[in-house]
Amino acid sequence: MAKVLVFIDTPGEALKKASLELLTIARSLGEPAVAFNGELQDGVAAALGEYGAQALYRPSAAELDDYLVGPKASYLAAAVQDSGASVVLVENSAEGKEIAARLGIKLGAGVITDVVAVDPDGTAHKSVLAGSYMTTARATTPVAVLTVKPNSVTPEPAVTGTAPQPATVEVPETATAASARVTARSDKPASGRPELSEARIVVAGGRGVDGNFGPLEDLADALGAAIGASRAATDAGWIGHDAQIGQTGKTVSPQLYISAGISGAIQQKAGMQTAKVIVAVNKDAESPVFEIADFGIVGDLFEVLPQATEEILKRKG
Amino acid sequence: MEETLKIIVLVKHVPDAQFDRHLGGADNTTDRSESILSELDEYALEAALQLIEARGGEAAGNKVIALSMGPAGAVNAVKKSLQIGATEGVHLSDAALAGSDAAATSLALAAAVRHLGADTPADLVLTGMASTDGETSLVPAQLAERLGLPQVTFASSLALDGGKLTARRDGGTHADTVEADLPALVSVTDQINEPRYPNFKGIMAAKKKTITTLTLADIGVDPAHVGLAGSWTAVDAAEPRPPRTAGTIITDEGDAGIRLVEFLAAQKLL
Repeated sequence: MAKVLVFIDTPGEALKKASLELLTIARSLGEPAVAFNGELQDGVAAALGEYGAQALYRPSAAELDDYLVGPKASYLAAAVQDSGASVVLVENSAEGKEIAARLGIKLGAGVITDVVAVDPDGTAHKSVLAGSYMTTARATTPVAVLTVKPNSVTPEPAVTGTAPQPATVEVPETATAASARVTARSDKPASGRPELSEARIVVAGGRGVDGNFGPLEDLADALGAAIGASRAATDAGWIGHDAQIGQTGKTVSPQLYISAGISGAIQQKAGMQTAKVIVAVNKDAESPVFEIADFGIVGDLFEVLPQATEEILKRKG
Repeated sequence: MEETLKIIVLVKHVPDAQFDRHLGGADNTTDRSESILSELDEYALEAALQLIEARGGEAAGNKVIALSMGPAGAVNAVKKSLQIGATEGVHLSDAALAGSDAAATSLALAAAVRHLGADTPADLVLTGMASTDGETSLVPAQLAERLGLPQVTFASSLALDGGKLTARRDGGTHADTVEADLPALVSVTDQINEPRYPNFKGIMAAKKKTITTLTLADIGVDPAHVGLAGSWTAVDAAEPRPPRTAGTIITDEGDAGIRLVEFLAAQKLL
């Protein structure tokens, strides 16, 4: 049976949903093993067992986080050797893709990014050109490295749990030599909202919010949604660049995308057109966003959104 | 007196994102017939120009080399880079490169970077934050791995101090200050600067600048190691996603917020 190595990087107190999805996919492909980095807390160790991890690897060096990408790729390459894995699953974040990229060169392994589904034979399905095409791709090498987008599968615990014993993987001493060092790190204030690229619901604003994201934030909090923005809104400085959705920002595929005051030019569409349901509110009936909206409202977002928020809160009691 | 700088900027010609983009051919590769210099590469070029200008520019012996790999049309990205201000241009072009995936592309680019550094190695390899077409974002990291260089990606600021670089990276939950020894590979975001436009003087000056065309033989790469045959991934099928169609559009008559919630409830999204 194929061994499938899942990379889980510094989860803190609980595994992210994206990691649970990787473990679920790993079980559908073969025997799951975990290459772990960071402090392994009890709750996380228990969750790895519930999701059927047969083997658990930890690095011999603790300071991998002080460097960018390189040493983590070296650790994973050693973990692949130790575990005999033929498939490696990594999160589809920017760092995840870079780790996968360097790992691919170290192993001589094909890397496929932006994967949304994996067949039992390892064939990957991915969306390209901002979701305008779906392709079927495979690695032609003995080992395949796949980075999988969040919300690709529903996480499911294993039928039979496990209690894997950690094994140490020797990280080569040369791993940190040619790597960039992190010399200072400042945490940003937590918004309390879900992470944009993982969120089930996204409320996004553009030029039409005219500097006031208040009504969008109220609606987002009533729905448990993340806040996004078009480039016009981030360039205007109304909201941080991290919130930008589109060609030069993040790509999201939530269950529900509520677009408010965004015209929906092609660059913005590129970041959100794979959303399951799109709702658009815009004053201008000619906005391109209405061509792709499942439900469109020609109206003033400062009237429509507060009324919707009030109605949701009323229904929730 | 500071050392002179030699910076290689990777530039790419990409299908214009303003238009519909297509995959085609038996190997499902991207149709680049309507191509431009990738907007995101202009930030890398600008960053390179600012770095050499801070050290006296070309007159002081500093150099910015624009390097592009691709078929005949790719030379347009190099020409545009020269008009904006690159010192010289290099076009890596070989029929055997067609269909290369990220691994094969990075192999050829690594050989080209080594070739261009044969006399004096480059201090920096700069790229944009992503290509606007393939979007795999693998090539910069794979190039760094092949060259054994530290990589600093998504830099929103970049400064050099002697043989070291310092950069800022903004992540979703934290911002990092990072440091790396030169030579290094850096990708920059669209927050790092405001790229300049080519002016008349630049356009005229570009006509006198050299564009060197390199083939795989020039850089010592076996054609079997690139292209479709040398790639480690294969795309077996490509299906255009069915276009989204417009749904219900209403005009607010004072109750649109409530009708929105009714729609969400009917879709089981509350």
